[in-house]
Amino acid sequence: MAKYLFLRLLDAIPTVFLVLTLVFVAMRILPGDPALAVLGANADGGQLEAFREKMGLNDPLWLQYLNFLWDAVRLDFGNSLMNDQPISRMIANNLPHTIYLTLLSVLLGLSMGIPLGVIAARNRNRPPDSALRIYSLMGYAIPDFYLAAILLVVFSLNLGWFPINGEGEGFWDGLHHLILPALTLALLKSAFLGRLTRTSLLEVLGRDYIRTARAKGAQEGRVVFHHGLRNAMLPLSTGIGISILATLSGSVAVELVFNRPGIGRLLIDAITERDYPVIQAGVMMFAFFVILVNLAMDVVYLIVDPRIRIKS
Amino acid sequence: MTLLLDVQNLVVEFGPVRNPVRVVNGISFTVQAGESVGIVGESGSGKSMTALSILRLVNEPPARVSGKVLFQGRDLMQIPKRDMPAVRGKEIGMIFQEPMSSLNPVMTIGDQIDEAIFLHEDLSKAARRQRVIDLLRLVGMPDPENRLSAYPDQFSGGMRQRVMAAMAMACNPKLLIADEPTTALDVTIQAQVLAMMLDIRTRLNSAILLITHDLGVVAEICDRVVVMYAGHIMEDAGVHELFANARHPYTQGLLKSVPTLNDTRKRLHQIPGTVPPAGTIKQGCPFRPRCPMRMDRCAVEMPPLVAHGPAHRAACWATQPEGVA
Ligand SMILES: Nc1ncnc2c1ncn2[C@@H]1O[C@H](COP(=O)(O)OP(=O)(O)OP(=O)(O)O)[C@@H](O)[C@H]1O
Ligand SMILES: [Mg+2]
Repeated sequence: MAKYLFLRLLDAIPTVFLVLTLVFVAMRILPGDPALAVLGANADGGQLEAFREKMGLNDPLWLQYLNFLWDAVRLDFGNSLMNDQPISRMIANNLPHTIYLTLLSVLLGLSMGIPLGVIAARNRNRPPDSALRIYSLMGYAIPDFYLAAILLVVFSLNLGWFPINGEGEGFWDGLHHLILPALTLALLKSAFLGRLTRTSLLEVLGRDYIRTARAKGAQEGRVVFHHGLRNAMLPLSTGIGISILATLSGSVAVELVFNRPGIGRLLIDAITERDYPVIQAGVMMFAFFVILVNLAMDVVYLIVDPRIRIKS
Repeated sequence: MTLLLDVQNLVVEFGPVRNPVRVVNGISFTVQAGESVGIVGESGSGKSMTALSILRLVNEPPARVSGKVLFQGRDLMQIPKRDMPAVRGKEIGMIFQEPMSSLNPVMTIGDQIDEAIFLHEDLSKAARRQRVIDLLRLVGMPDPENRLSAYPDQFSGGMRQRVMAAMAMACNPKLLIADEPTTALDVTIQAQVLAMMLDIRTRLNSAILLITHDLGVVAEICDRVVVMYAGHIMEDAGVHELFANARHPYTQGLLKSVPTLNDTRKRLHQIPGTVPPAGTIKQGCPFRPRCPMRMDRCAVEMPPLVAHGPAHRAACWATQPEGVA
């Protein structure tokens, strides 16, 4: 089992490497001169040259590449062009907020989505099932920024239950600020996870071993949760992984609408300011997040599916 | 003899209510306490549906099940649904036809057998564990202590069927239903599992309802046989009586196709034709198209099951004893 995890970790290394290379290449083949883009058309030749020298853009490409890799490995992303702060510090300031948002939204999304799916599956083709179908369709159809705006207007502006923007101070105030943004993403996740739970559970409940469980004398509740849901977790965990990854795009919209700090927000600001090093660092953070989630999912598979444990 | 199971007029049907497909067509049979009864018939004759109906495990819908299933005098079809789990596994155990898919792939076999005990008996964890080990030993699992934490995927079909059997017998049920326990297995393994069934039969005093399409298996294990064809009972007799004195052309055909050791025939007999798809023959005897003794009457009316002696019934116009209408 430890060996399996180690192998998975090794597997991730080429992926990380590939991501870094892609980011490097992408930043070089972007049309236009970064120096010109940053300093503007009014800059004179001397300024441009000085900028290129400072950024290492005059070095041969392979040296730039090696420098880039070396910096990335040390998590040294250079300084922001916007405010000349070290980017690693900007990330350190923003990342926790995105992590909190991800954790709470996934937690809420699961705790709404799975029960909804179970209820729908138990009531197949009856009103609760249709209700979930409509809920899911709405969840698929509604854009995240729009839902965020609606929740903001209703619960913050009109009802005044939640603060309008910012991240708050201290744990409880922070949580108070976090709930609505997290709920936005959680509602969307629960629409997806609810539907997926329903489908996976119905599939599993038709299997022979479910009949065996009934034949042993298990009550319906035990059949559904102990035997059904345990097995439905195999297809479900893939969906949960996808849902966690969807937080990436979701966080961009939500952090903007609720005016919260976070990686998504940082990235958007950097793009508007053409702050290349920050964009580069933000993209890498997102890529690492994807790799990390995939690794975590491998661990989850290992827990839910004994067959993987046996083989490894 | 005490009557343990008395199935009366059991019907299982699918499809539209107005034009149903009857896969079990109003059958009645009994099992005495401690007796072992075989249900024989070709694929699709409704054997599994009959077995599942007894435990009310047929999915309704799509199926509709009616009739009486009197178990120790109590009609299981009439008791509230939530009372069935107390019967299943405790009073009646069941082994399924599909050993590869009938065990939960994410639970250890120890836990799966343990669950069967835990659900019905108030025993300590240690006592249950000991029982699980004893059960595994009873069904011939080598080295049971060390197999408890193994998962179904680590077992062959034959071993899984042993696990199923251990599970079905965990609470010493009064009736053990085994639905083709050997069909999905290799021939050599079949013999081992059959030997296990025989062993169970001699050691426990449970009644056994053994479903199979193999008369050879029946001859080894059963006291009495019920022959089914297309949802009907065609014949029903003690094992020796049936082998010596089969009255239904279908049973006779089945008997001719059983290989024996001192067989001089070059080829085994085969009943010509195939089983009609369930419910396609709505009138008359469903065996008629394949029957060497068919008469005009067979196309019109299904023959009733009539007595051919004590504890021997058959449903055939051609071989019906004189004097029966
Ligand atoms: N869901 C269903 N809808 C319609 N017909 C069904 C359904 N399930 C089973 N049947 C039909 O019921 C008939 C009896 O099935 P059953 O499984 O009882 O046969 P069997 O005698 O156990 O056969 P086998 O030896 O193959 O196990 C079959 O013809 C089958 O096609
Ligand atoms: Mg069957």
